Amino acid sequence: MLETYLKLIWAYLKIGLFGFGGGYAMLSLIQREVVDSGWITSQMFTDIVAISQMTPGPIGINSATYIGYVVTGSVLGSLVTTLTVVLPPFILTLIASHYIQRHKQSPFIKGAFMGLRPVVVGLIASAALLLMNSENFGYLMNERIITIAICVASFCIVYFTRVHPILVIILAGITGLLVF
Amino acid sequence: MNNLYLQLFLTFCKIGAFTFGGGWAMISIIQREIVDKHKWIELEEFLDLLAVAQSMPGILAVNISVVIGDRLKGLKGSICAAIGTILPSFLMILAIAIFLTPDTIKNNPVVSRIFKGIRPAVVALIVAPVLTTAKAAGINWKTVIIPVAVALLIYSKIPYISNPIIYIVLGAIGGYIYYLRTLIGGNNRADSDNQEERKETADA
Repeated sequence: MLETYLKLIWAYLKIGLFGFGGGYAMLSLIQREVVDSGWITSQMFTDIVAISQMTPGPIGINSATYIGYVVTGSVLGSLVTTLTVVLPPFILTLIASHYIQRHKQSPFIKGAFMGLRPVVVGLIASAALLLMNSENFGYLMNERIITIAICVASFCIVYFTRVHPILVIILAGITGLLVF
Repeated sequence: MNNLYLQLFLTFCKIGAFTFGGGWAMISIIQREIVDKHKWIELEEFLDLLAVAQSMPGILAVNISVVIGDRLKGLKGSICAAIGTILPSFLMILAIAIFLTPDTIKNNPVVSRIFKGIRPAVVALIVAPVLTTAKAAGINWKTVIIPVAVALLIYSKIPYISNPIIYIVLGAIGGYIYYLRTLIGGNNRADSDNQEERKETADA
């Protein structure tokens, strides 16, 4: 049993440390660690991805929690995998954050952030572009008309009004339930 | 004092519970909660923190909560924020793993209809902050080439070229060089032109 836990910890340490870019960029890494090493079948992995898309939260966390429970059969297992995937990046991010707070006034940090701000805007835009696919907007033409309408309406509400984005998500869910 | 820790935890719980589709989808909600409502940080600084979060490995959503928690309340703040982000999805996935088989969720017609509506809305929640942060980043007609080029090159999915890390490194170095030049006291306008050309050639 201990061996199972150690192997899980090792796999999720790697996922946490080498998964850059968040979310779906991490998927292939997770797949390599947990499917190719025989923890779960690839069918189960597809299930986990599908569940992740239908529950809130980052897929890195979702897969860790789910696989930790399924492999060990106990809540402790999912707690261990979830903490393992979070801890290394938590420490690294904290160190980076501390360093930057301390050297806020240094010319390098000041200048670097000046150049980084427009890049971050581009990063957010790229995330939006990458999500404009059939998986999110449907494969059929009549489906797409509705989903594009939902997208445009959501954008207008969030951008032009003070309505909370969480409310927009809830409204979009209700719309989906009524329309599809 | 304790109150702010609790507020951080609860705010990020709320953010974690409604984040579908990864870290970038959180930005609209975080911006509304942290920048607009609580006024804990300014939008411009939020962008800087996003750059730090994105540069580190691991789960973006967690990294964002760590940098914001740390900025506000140090180590304890970042722990509160990170646990807040993780807890809702941890509990929900655990409940599914214990009580349900994947098929109950995956092939549930009601759930799948709800999510057909939510997914395009999530895309809108990522498009909106592009425009609001562009203002905070001081983007004008001259510098708009930077975010546009970065977005398209990452979107291109060309190996290596589409790796976001490249543009973070280039942005930081480019910004530093630009800042040094303005410090030396050259003509600002001429410098910003040079900067842009440098960027474009670097991107190409």
